[in-house]
Amino acid sequence: MSASQPLLRVEQLGKSFGGLKAVNEVDLDVPAGKITAIIGPNGAGKTTFFNLVSGFLAPSEGRIVLGGEDVTGLPAHRVARLGVARTFQTTRLFPEATVLDNVVVGRRLHTRSNVFDAVLRSGRHAREEAESRERALETLEVTGTAGLADVPVANISQEARKRVAIALALATEPRLLLLDEPAAGINPHETDGLSRLIRSVVERGVTVCLVEHKMRMVMDLSDHVAVLNYGRKIAEGTPAEIRGDPKVIDAYLGAEHG
Amino acid sequence: MTLFLQQLVNGVALGSVYSLVALGLTLVYGVLKVPNFAHGALYMAGAYVAFVMLTSLGSGYVVAIVAAVAVVALLGAVMEWVVFRPLEGKSPVHAMIAALGVLFFLEGTADVIWGADFRQVPTPLDGVVSMAGINITEQRLLVVVAAVVTMLALYWLLKRTLIGMSIEAMAQDREGALLVGIDTRRVALVTFALSGVLAAIAGSLIAPLVLVFPTMGAVIVLKAFVIVILGGMGSVPGAIVGGYLLALAETMAGTYVAFAFSELIAFAMLVLVLVVRPTGLFAKGV
Amino acid sequence: MSRALAARLLPVGLLVVAIVFPLLVDNPYLVSVAVTAFVIAIAVYGLDVLLGYTGQLSLAHAGFFGVGGYTIGILTADHGFNFWTALPLALGLTVVLAHLIGLAALRTRHDYFAIFTLAVGVMIVIIIDRWEEVTGGTDGLIGIPPPPPIGPLRFDTLTAQYYLVLAFLVFTIYVVWALMHSLVGRTFLAVRNSEDLARAVGIDAGRTYQLSFVISAALAGLGGALYAVFLGYIGPAMGNVQMTFMMLVYLMIGGVASLAGPLVGTLLVMGLMQALSAFNEYQMMVLGPILVVVIIFFPHGLAGQARRLLSRP
Repeated sequence: MSASQPLLRVEQLGKSFGGLKAVNEVDLDVPAGKITAIIGPNGAGKTTFFNLVSGFLAPSEGRIVLGGEDVTGLPAHRVARLGVARTFQTTRLFPEATVLDNVVVGRRLHTRSNVFDAVLRSGRHAREEAESRERALETLEVTGTAGLADVPVANISQEARKRVAIALALATEPRLLLLDEPAAGINPHETDGLSRLIRSVVERGVTVCLVEHKMRMVMDLSDHVAVLNYGRKIAEGTPAEIRGDPKVIDAYLGAEHG
Repeated sequence: MTLFLQQLVNGVALGSVYSLVALGLTLVYGVLKVPNFAHGALYMAGAYVAFVMLTSLGSGYVVAIVAAVAVVALLGAVMEWVVFRPLEGKSPVHAMIAALGVLFFLEGTADVIWGADFRQVPTPLDGVVSMAGINITEQRLLVVVAAVVTMLALYWLLKRTLIGMSIEAMAQDREGALLVGIDTRRVALVTFALSGVLAAIAGSLIAPLVLVFPTMGAVIVLKAFVIVILGGMGSVPGAIVGGYLLALAETMAGTYVAFAFSELIAFAMLVLVLVVRPTGLFAKGV
Repeated sequence: MSRALAARLLPVGLLVVAIVFPLLVDNPYLVSVAVTAFVIAIAVYGLDVLLGYTGQLSLAHAGFFGVGGYTIGILTADHGFNFWTALPLALGLTVVLAHLIGLAALRTRHDYFAIFTLAVGVMIVIIIDRWEEVTGGTDGLIGIPPPPPIGPLRFDTLTAQYYLVLAFLVFTIYVVWALMHSLVGRTFLAVRNSEDLARAVGIDAGRTYQLSFVISAALAGLGGALYAVFLGYIGPAMGNVQMTFMMLVYLMIGGVASLAGPLVGTLLVMGLMQALSAFNEYQMMVLGPILVVVIIFFPHGLAGQARRLLSRP
């Protein structure tokens, strides 16, 4: 890739559950300011890979370096504070709350108000609360969901939920955004809209790494593609290189590869 | 040495009861993922049924145990059907609170019927067996033998019968069990009834050795919780091994350290397990 | 009248009712029942902070109620402290103890947490029971003095004590309201609604639970301390699991995670129990099934039902 330092560098990353190696000796560089896709058949270890990078799982082996800082084994909230945001495969939002209230929670890591600020209704609390709402609304503008701000998330469409989930992640002001199957369960037209949103996010300086099954979206959107199969990285390159790689075709067709 | 052997026997008798109570708890947890706080009340109910049978109705001991088993198994099944089934799929906190509701209902009912007084249950087996310089009451011997027989029967049920295998399958993977066509509701019902059977056997066996009162299940169920956390929630061998280990540790500490200390062992173990390994000492890795 | 206005006027109206209550009912017995209900309601608010807003069930709640009560009782009855100096100490001890217990208990969540706190609750009662020379064992302690006057304010009459307890209750409700309408409260709800998602946006779930647990225990301790002082005696039963169960009944009937729920539930159920005191021995037999019915059919309690009725167009 480029000569510049990658935003995320993963070295010999491994995770085993019992005897099973869900992720095995994976090396990967995610270049800053680009879109990197991770693809592979079901059970290839893609979501486990995301869980390792975002701190939801501690790796059994290997190192995770974010912007030159070793973040291996840090808990999820610390990783998030260092600038890694993520969405989940089954879109997760806080139920029983409005869209705006959801996204405001994403601002919490930029605020310092504590119990005493709350009880004494301090100036800091009022300022941070107002700032959080303002920034959350701005983020909703970016994702095209500002019109839904006061609607409970239970009442919005699947596509809107996907966008709000991205807004929630963006509210943390991440350097790296991990998207786990952002386009699952939405129609082709909506998928195109989501691709445009992801591009605009990258233009704002956020690096994106995504797991996705919709090949057309991956090939159109990504600058760089890595392929996992049985927990191992079997190929890596530009979308064009991946498209022509026999190993990748074999993996997807389920053929044994010697 | 004699004292040691004597206490060893007492510990094994106590451990038999602990294990039986813990087994019912762990089976229900395995299948429903609910810590049944009302389980101690089933044990209490078993002891009261035996008490009524032996005193008011003047039956024999075997009949008393069978009656206890029948009544409490029914109680367990009704509990599942009326309370826990409607809560299926809701937050586990709801099931836990409902279990507390059942616990206080059963304790309150016992209190209304029999009062808060301590009751003594006459043992039909009041003889003493002497062996190698130690004395074992026949009742204690019965407790151990009956408990071991019950455990073997449980093992046979879980490994050799369809319903038992369904219980194990559901404990391992509820959705998978549903997919392969197991009637999960029936299994849940049977599991609750089975936990009642085990609690009733424990309660009716121990009744002549202890005092019977409405809240007699409170402390033992707490110990059973410690045992199943120690042995891994849902694990059958864990409940058996843990039951005997805790009872022996308590008996020995009570003999050689201080009586007041023995009661705290269970709690000390619980704290230790949580600090060292919250998923249970013998539980399999994630 | 708009609903928003009604929502603002309702608390003011209730406060006015509470203020004139002892003047209108010339019945010391009823006033003392109200005092007891208020102090227990304070502890029930504590239970709601943890159960309602972060979703964890602590069965040691009455244990902390007992710690608060015994600390202030022992300090004032046996060691010459007065109410105003002993109260901060009682709260301080409850908070420190809750913090230490939370460090171990909150390594777990949900069912394991409930079991662990059940064990803690039983242990607290065993300690109270056995440490006779300090706690009075099963007999408990009597002769806990009322608060000494502050300037012209005296607290030796029932009416004065009523107003003092009312002030503490209003303070408690304000604290819970302020917390829930703050960034801290948003954090609590985030952790309750989806711990994983909260962690993904940088929230330290462990610390959030710990904070909620300590605040919850502090309110239990405050309720317990006031209970000890205004009843004048304490016994081990105030810390046992049955007491936690009663508080749960009040909370679930009133409505979990609502500002009115704890107070409404406590006043209503305690009021009914007083009215039906002839049937006292059936109390547990009746309350157990009621709790089960509430959990199955009205999991949001009376407050939740009222909210649903009001939001209907």
